[in-house]
Order: sequence, then structure tokens, then C-alpha cells
Amino acid sequence: MTSVSVIDQLKRTKILELLEQGKRVDGRALDESREISIEINAIPKANGSARVYLGDTEVLCGVKIQPDKPFPDVGDKGMFMCTAELLPLSHPTVETGPPQAPVIELARVVDRGIRESHMVDVSQLVIEKDKSVVGVFADVVVIDYDGNLFDACSYAATAALLTSKTPTWEMVDDQPSVVEGEDKPLPVSTIPVSVTMGKIGNYIVVDPNGDEWASMDSRITITTDSDGNIVALQKGGSDGFTQEEINQCGELSVKIGTKIREQLKLAQQESQ
Amino acid sequence: MGGRDATMVLLDENGIRCDGRKVDEPRKIMIKAGGLKNADGSSYIEFGDNKILVGVFGPRDVHPKHMSNTDTGILRVRYHMEPFSVGERKRPAPSRREIEISKVIKEALEPAVMLEKFPRTAVDVFIEVLQADGGTRCAALTAASVALADAGIPMRDMVAAIASGKVADTIILDVNNEEDQAGQADMPVGYMPSLKKITLLQLDGVLTPEEYKKCVDVGVKGCELVYELQKQALHDKYFGNRKD
Repeated sequence: MTSVSVIDQLKRTKILELLEQGKRVDGRALDESREISIEINAIPKANGSARVYLGDTEVLCGVKIQPDKPFPDVGDKGMFMCTAELLPLSHPTVETGPPQAPVIELARVVDRGIRESHMVDVSQLVIEKDKSVVGVFADVVVIDYDGNLFDACSYAATAALLTSKTPTWEMVDDQPSVVEGEDKPLPVSTIPVSVTMGKIGNYIVVDPNGDEWASMDSRITITTDSDGNIVALQKGGSDGFTQEEINQCGELSVKIGTKIREQLKLAQQESQ
Repeated sequence: MGGRDATMVLLDENGIRCDGRKVDEPRKIMIKAGGLKNADGSSYIEFGDNKILVGVFGPRDVHPKHMSNTDTGILRVRYHMEPFSVGERKRPAPSRREIEISKVIKEALEPAVMLEKFPRTAVDVFIEVLQADGGTRCAALTAASVALADAGIPMRDMVAAIASGKVADTIILDVNNEEDQAGQADMPVGYMPSLKKITLLQLDGVLTPEEYKKCVDVGVKGCELVYELQKQALHDKYFGNRKD
């Protein structure tokens, strides 16, 4: 996935040729993301889950919600954590073993986008202050690879969180105990949407597919919230952006984010 | 972001920040080129209370061999914090945060270094954070550029870096540790001033689209200040302690 072959170099030449005519390899407009399909509640044993297809990239997120000990300095807040992992069956170059830098970056960028938007209202996830809080864990796994895992994983985690049901706990003998029949939607305050753009030559393309991903010089992932604010950003890849390009990417992320947010809202309504 | 110390005033009515700086004023920055005997190039930076040492080796043989590339040299960066560099002892093994920062710094330096001139070799950049106080990745990137130049490695430009951010609804330059913890946004910016290219950019915190543009702009202008200090550090080492 990160290695570049001779074929990739030939593809890059072709991709650049097409971009010079304003075209992309798969016929999309430069500012058009691929079709997104969201299947919610794919894993009924999880408290919330979503399988997301972003073109041919396929990811699955399961949310587990369970009582946990709070961090010592924030006993009045619940916990939220998001992870991402590449399964070895997702691409021939993925190896088992401890995660390498690109996967660590992926997990941290996906987590940061959702965390910094304050989507999950952790102040409502306290069972007893300083003793027991609710932990929300969104674990994303990549099942099939065709570029832009940042956005696919982010949409899956967001969709799974939007459709999660959390049990209610009460303290019994100093231990949290589930109150039966009191499941309710997870408290969420906004819908973060991440939009990743690749720079190939001097062209900016939204949602690069696998071929474009292998050909691009650098990338930028920008997450916006429901109010149209920019809440997180990560630049990657071995080239730079001009200040104008950075501003252009900011505007694109708000515009495209608005469209994708509508689709996530539909998934949320479907679950209610 | 939930300020931990609710009593601290980040920005007072006169526009003065918690450490006495104005909104557009960076911390005190001292950069020294060279200093290490064994490294091919090195630098030391004090950026406010951050103290960071950088050593560069190479271009040299690649180990393990399979990492080498016949078309170009490779850049390897390790950003590492000492266990005693932060308030509570940090476990010495590289954390996920350090691995991510290593990657981000590597990708910020790559556009500057002419690696294609040294196929099959590696340039190793070792960054050691001796004391951390917010903004270590920017200080480290700034120092790493100087160390690469000190090693005599051909470069297109140096990368200067500084963070901009938002506290008390105001866009500020050079976010310190308190402002990072309790402020509203932190945006590290790495920039090549001669080539006018942004090579490192991250953000956490909430910004309106207008604030976002302003934040990038403040960061870029800050990098131009840092760039002058980088050049001065190299000048001091190679042409004596005088200005042009």
C-alpha cells in the first residue's frame, strides 16, 4: 500500500495526463468524492456499528460502550477512544505484527477528528464522579483497500457512534450495574466529517482512490463540524502546499463535508 | 478543550498572554548550529523552555539493506522524548505520538532535501527532546533543518516551523504548553519561506473558516521570523559571530 511499483509510476503519468485535461481515472470531477454506502447495525452484538464503502474501500466499525475507571484528573468526564487497524486480508502488502507508522497515523488522525469536534458529549457519560465513568470505544478495521482510508474510517466511526445505543448503569455495592431496558442513544453534539484531498502535480483531487493515492505527492485531511467550523487537520506526504492551496482545501472541506453530513444524518434517522 | 486550570488567565484585557507575551510575539528562541562531535551535522535549539538536540548522519549505507532505494536516497527521522523531559516521567519506549510526529517531521523535511542526489543511501535525523514545553514538533523541525544544512546536505530550502493557535477567541502566534492545554486551537505550521511551500500542517481545535485562513497566515509569517534565526545560526558558525 505504501510501496510504489513501476506500474504505479506508469499510472501516475497517465493520471497526470488526464488531470491536465480536467479528468480523473475513474471519470469523477476533481472535487467529487466517490459514492458512499453506509450499512448500519452490521454487528448487532456491538452497541453500534457501521460498514462503510467509499468506492471500493471497505471498512467496518464497531462501538463498545462499557464502564471504566476515569482518568485521575478528569473524574467528571467519560472516555472516548477511536482506533483503526488494517486487516492482513485488506491488501497484499499488509503484514501482521505491531502497527507501522502509517497505520498509527491513520488511527490518530481519525481519533483526533472525532475527538476535537467534541462529537461524543463525555460530560454526560459519568456514572459516579471520580469512581466510575462510561467508556466509548470505536474500533475500525479496514477490510478492503482502494485508497483514502482516513475518510472511510472516519465515516464508519461517525456512523457507528451516531447509531449507538448506550445502556444505563447505577452504582450497586460500589460497582456499576446495568439497569435493564434503559438503553438510549449515545449523547452526540455534532457530526464531524473528514475530507481528504490529494495533490498530484499541481492538481488537488478530493477523495483519492487507490491509484491516485499511490501517485500523489502530498495530501491533506480536514475535518469540519456541523456548524461549518474546521476542527482538525493533518498534512501528509512528501511535498508541500502553497498558502492558496491550503485555503482552497479549507473551503472544499466545508463544501464537500456538508453533502456527506446529510448522508450520515440519514443513517442516524434510519436507526431511530 | 476543557481548561484544567480554570483560574489561569490566558489573555488579559491589555492583550497580554499568560507568560507576558503579546499575541503576535514568539517565545525567546536560541538556535545553535553544530555542537556534536560525532554527528555529520547537528544543532541545538531552545524555544522558550523547550530544549532539543538534533544529530544528522549521512548520506550513508542503509541498514537494513532492503530499505534502500536505487532511485533516490531515503530520509529517516526519529523524534524521541527523554523520560525526564516532561512533568510526569515518560516511558522511554517510543509512544504512538512520537511515531506519528517522527513521520510528520520526516514528510515536512523531504520536500527540502535533495535526496535524489544520493541513491541507495540514507540520511538519518535523530531528534532528542531534552525538555518539553509545548510546540516541540515545530522547534524540532526548525532545529532539524539547521542540522541538515550543517551536515552539508544539499537542500532546496530550510523548513522553519512555529505554531499558531486560538486562545480567548484570539488568533495568537507560538502556542505554549498552557495555551495548548487550555486554549481553543493549536496549529503547527512548517514552511519553506524561499519556496513559499507549507510542508507541515496540523490542527486540533475549533476554528471558523475565516479564523482558519488567519491562523495559517499568522503561522506562515511566524515561520519567516524563525527562518531568519536559522540562517543567523548557520552564519554564526561558519562566518563568525556577526551580521551581514
